[in-house]
Amino acid sequence: MTTERLLPAIDLHSAPFWEGTTHGELRVQRCAACGHLRFPPRPFCPVCTSDAVQWRAMAGTGSIWSFVVVHPPVLEAYLPFAPYNVIVVELDEDPAIRMVGNLVSASSTVPNSVDRAELAVGRRVRVVFDTIEGVALPLWTLV
Amino acid sequence: MKDATAIVGIGQTPFAKELAGTEVALACRAIRAALADAGIAPSEVDGLASYTLEPLVEMDVARNLGFSDVRFFSQVGYGGGAGCAVVGHAAMAVATGHARVAVAWRSRKRGSAENRPWANVEQVIEGHPAWSRPWGLLRPADEVAMMTRRSMHEYGLTRDHLANVALAARKHANRNPDAVMYERPLTREQYFAARWISEPLCLFDNCLESDGAVACVVVSAEQARDCRQAPVYVHAYAQAISPQLQPMTNFFCPDPLRGPAWNCARDLWAGADFGPGDVDVVQLYDAFTPLVLWSLEAYGFCGRGEAGDFSSASNLEWPGGSLPVNTSGGGLSEVYIHGFNLVTEGVRQIRGTSTNQVEDAQRCLVASAEGVPTSALLLSGSRP
Repeated sequence: MTTERLLPAIDLHSAPFWEGTTHGELRVQRCAACGHLRFPPRPFCPVCTSDAVQWRAMAGTGSIWSFVVVHPPVLEAYLPFAPYNVIVVELDEDPAIRMVGNLVSASSTVPNSVDRAELAVGRRVRVVFDTIEGVALPLWTLV
Repeated sequence: MKDATAIVGIGQTPFAKELAGTEVALACRAIRAALADAGIAPSEVDGLASYTLEPLVEMDVARNLGFSDVRFFSQVGYGGGAGCAVVGHAAMAVATGHARVAVAWRSRKRGSAENRPWANVEQVIEGHPAWSRPWGLLRPADEVAMMTRRSMHEYGLTRDHLANVALAARKHANRNPDAVMYERPLTREQYFAARWISEPLCLFDNCLESDGAVACVVVSAEQARDCRQAPVYVHAYAQAISPQLQPMTNFFCPDPLRGPAWNCARDLWAGADFGPGDVDVVQLYDAFTPLVLWSLEAYGFCGRGEAGDFSSASNLEWPGGSLPVNTSGGGLSEVYIHGFNLVTEGVRQIRGTSTNQVEDAQRCLVASAEGVPTSALLLSGSRP
């Protein structure tokens, strides 16, 4: 049982995504055979079963698909922020490509730095990055 | 396998916030009670079906209860999605002759805080939760809350609709002496005054944290006629994984609000001689209140996005409701053991022995969790 912020396991298939975030890029897998975009990363294209993969940098813009406000009890590392928001963003390039993140203010990466009243489905957002123990997590600010 | 098998015994432990004994012991008590209910000796059991989350292997049960010759054993994964599948696997084994007497069960100790899976994670998250937990979407309640907010946006679902589910379950539990919440009434005012867990879900949108075990016995329709109890036939059974499903965090497919329950429902009704309008009573997996509403839509009791309004006319409550739901109190108010108590309440309804008995109930739908690889059963009191 950890007392630290949770981090994603980075494996063969997800490494290019996390390499992208350290360079300020939001990369999504694109099937090299049929062009289908897919996320989260995995080895095969569900449309054509090809395992030939390209990575495409997304514009990093989208809109809030849904959101929650998390209240305690939570893991120790998340208590200082609670209650805090978690959002799901749909990307402009393909609304079926969605990512989990936090909505943060322009000046802070803390997931309770935005007023609760600002949270709404459909709000336009842009990606920013916050590095925790060497992993650059995508976060989102209001456009 | 339509009506080829029947549930002829049910058994359970007491249900409580905290029970003494291991999960193995609780499982054995429930199975022993179910066999006694059926009038079948433990030595006759040759098929076993359980959840993968069960921290025991089939051998432990077989050794404790003296099963002499086990020839079929199966486990089903994905927690709350597994309940009906466990019974379904037992029924398939009996229908195909791989077993003659199959027992299915779920035993669970979840009441104490140290047993909560979300609190016992390592820092580096493997697998699909790596794409949600680092941002603080930590608990099942947070994951369901995300789908609930979207449902409010798309369908106009409200907290009043969610309260309808919580209050119906509590009213049923208040008439069920076995329920953990038997003596604890709940008002709409209390619902709205409760603390948030994950907005838009409050405390009473969440199931109980409780201990208990439940079991049932499945035999062939022929053998069922010689058992002590009236047979409850397994009329139809289905199991489903929907396209691109990611369990609990099903945000990554084109239409997240159309989860695996929709696929499961299609196959279930295709295998049945009757439809949703012919069902007398339903038991729907309810770890969280919105799951009940989504399941009502998926299984065809109302249109997509209409379950909120459907819940508003007290339709879900017994007595008086057009479609009583979770008549034992379910996971919200009877006991939370991954939905297996929904199966036994379905059996009691067909037998006519529920404490919230729907008059002359002959057909019951039992459905496991929407949002994870799931399963469903149609139970029937008579062979057509």
